[in-house]
Amino acid sequence: MRSTATAAPATRQPLPASKGYRLTEGMRRAWKRNGAGYMFLLPWLVGFFFLTLGPTLASLWLSFTNFDLLTTPAWIGLENYVYMFTIDQRFRTALSVTFTYVLWSVPFKLAVALALAMILDKGIRGVTFYRALFYLPSLLGASVAVAVLWRQIFGREGMVNQLLWLLGFQGEAWVNHPDYALYTLVLLAIWQFGSPMVIFLAGLRQIPTDLYEAASMDGASKTRQFFKITLPLLAPVIFFNLVLQTIEAFKAFTQAFIVSGGTGGPIDSTLFYTLYLYQEAFANFRMGYASALAWVLLVIIGIFTAISFLTSKYWVYYEDARS
Amino acid sequence: MKTLDPETRRAAREQARAARQARQRRRALMKHVLLILGSIGMLYPLLWMVSSSFKPENLIFTELGLWPSEFVFSNYLQGWYALRTSFTLFFWNSFVIAALSVIGNVVACSLTAYAFARLEFRLKWLWFALMLGTLMLPYHVTLVPQYVLFLSIGWVDTILPLVVPKFLAVDAFFIFLMVQFFRGLPRELDEAARMDGCGPWRIYWRIIMPLSTPVLATAAIFSFIWTWDDFLGPLIYLNDLQSYTVPLALRAFVDSTGLSAWGQLFAMSTLSLVPVFLFFLFFQRLIIHGVAMSAMKR
Repeated sequence: MRSTATAAPATRQPLPASKGYRLTEGMRRAWKRNGAGYMFLLPWLVGFFFLTLGPTLASLWLSFTNFDLLTTPAWIGLENYVYMFTIDQRFRTALSVTFTYVLWSVPFKLAVALALAMILDKGIRGVTFYRALFYLPSLLGASVAVAVLWRQIFGREGMVNQLLWLLGFQGEAWVNHPDYALYTLVLLAIWQFGSPMVIFLAGLRQIPTDLYEAASMDGASKTRQFFKITLPLLAPVIFFNLVLQTIEAFKAFTQAFIVSGGTGGPIDSTLFYTLYLYQEAFANFRMGYASALAWVLLVIIGIFTAISFLTSKYWVYYEDARS
Repeated sequence: MKTLDPETRRAAREQARAARQARQRRRALMKHVLLILGSIGMLYPLLWMVSSSFKPENLIFTELGLWPSEFVFSNYLQGWYALRTSFTLFFWNSFVIAALSVIGNVVACSLTAYAFARLEFRLKWLWFALMLGTLMLPYHVTLVPQYVLFLSIGWVDTILPLVVPKFLAVDAFFIFLMVQFFRGLPRELDEAARMDGCGPWRIYWRIIMPLSTPVLATAAIFSFIWTWDDFLGPLIYLNDLQSYTVPLALRAFVDSTGLSAWGQLFAMSTLSLVPVFLFFLFFQRLIIHGVAMSAMKR
């Protein structure tokens, strides 16, 4: 640190204006103007080129090849994509499982999150305490430990079935049943509604209370207030949560891996897209095909995000737009 | 109304207010009861896991209650040594990776964020746009080529692929969070420091960093929790039992016991959650604020 302090005044002294110095002076000035910025940016630049941009392009190229990690990649044109969309049954299964998961888990998760945020928002004592309790599953839920727990809870002799047994019912082995296994994972996702709830809560805080007061003066019912004030003013936050949670849901991996023991079973009923990708890449070593799968996922997420953004102007009300 | 004297009117008003207050109090109480029941329901699975880790194996499948009727500690002892390598090593491995990731993320992301928030240089807008673009990029896209890269330089089966990217500020989320925070710091401080002859490094180190402890702590906590919980990364890069992290060890535990030792499994699962839970206990406000901040500032 001390050396830069002594060096700093030196650079500020005017340079000799002789011709031989012109170029160096220009370079010096460029360095003075940009050098510090690029020095600070250096780690990120290295990471960006070698770990993000490079691999992204490499993966696009690999998606047109046949590559098993041992031999050099062989160019096969569109073959991976043709196989994926015309022949590969598991690809179709993975897509349908993932979409089912997204379509069930995201709306319910957001609904629960919003409902609880609204209950907590109305000046109740101990908000921070409840908020913390309801957030805890979100923080712990991503772990292998909770996935292991889930496998027990919804197992044949698991906690849920013990409960059902007390009530006089005979439960299934939920995680081992192709009709139900996926929905145990949906439940696991909904259970982690904490972060959208926290975000909703922060959003609700921003809505001026005098709006509600004015509305109830005018005799608007609570339901009407919800649809006419809360929902429109909260739309940007709902939008943000929707995009974020959907992308998260598309990327879900650990839970399905642990609950199904890495297989995506029973009979591929929990074969998440990411799980299929992992199997193709690191169990079957079909690296080219896995890259193609990754690019299709990127496109799907891209399309979804684009749709959300394009439609957002019709249903998202931004406060700034008024002024 | 006119026939009533002011005294009675006031009394009636008082009464009405008292009734309203009582109604409000009742409703608040109802709410509290519901919320408490709800949170117990939410947390029941976790509490039950902790309690089951103290039960003998046969009770786990028969006892729904939270208080073990028979209290044993053997699950922890046996679980700790259930695999060929003890959990001491797994915890140590996890801890080393998490600690290095925290350092890497905080240092590299704050340097990058400082450049974006405070320094002027050519093509800054382009790099910034690209950085925001990587926020959206699913990691699956870089998964295979990164693996090929790390394999070719002999880093597979070491912790380097899990740690080095953090020192190269690959996690754009933290950069974004820090840029937002740095922009909120008064620029006059920088100006004053520059007048006194401070270069950008000194301003970064002496002014921006000390003022940014909340966001740095948030980034550190989330780095730790995410790295601690990370499963896919270690699953791909660590193949040797000696180098397993805790999540990998738990998965190996599930596979090796064929789900016959739930008590021990629960004991180790509980222990694996302890560090994250402690962070939650001590930095709950920072964590929740960080989550809320991530959305509100976009």
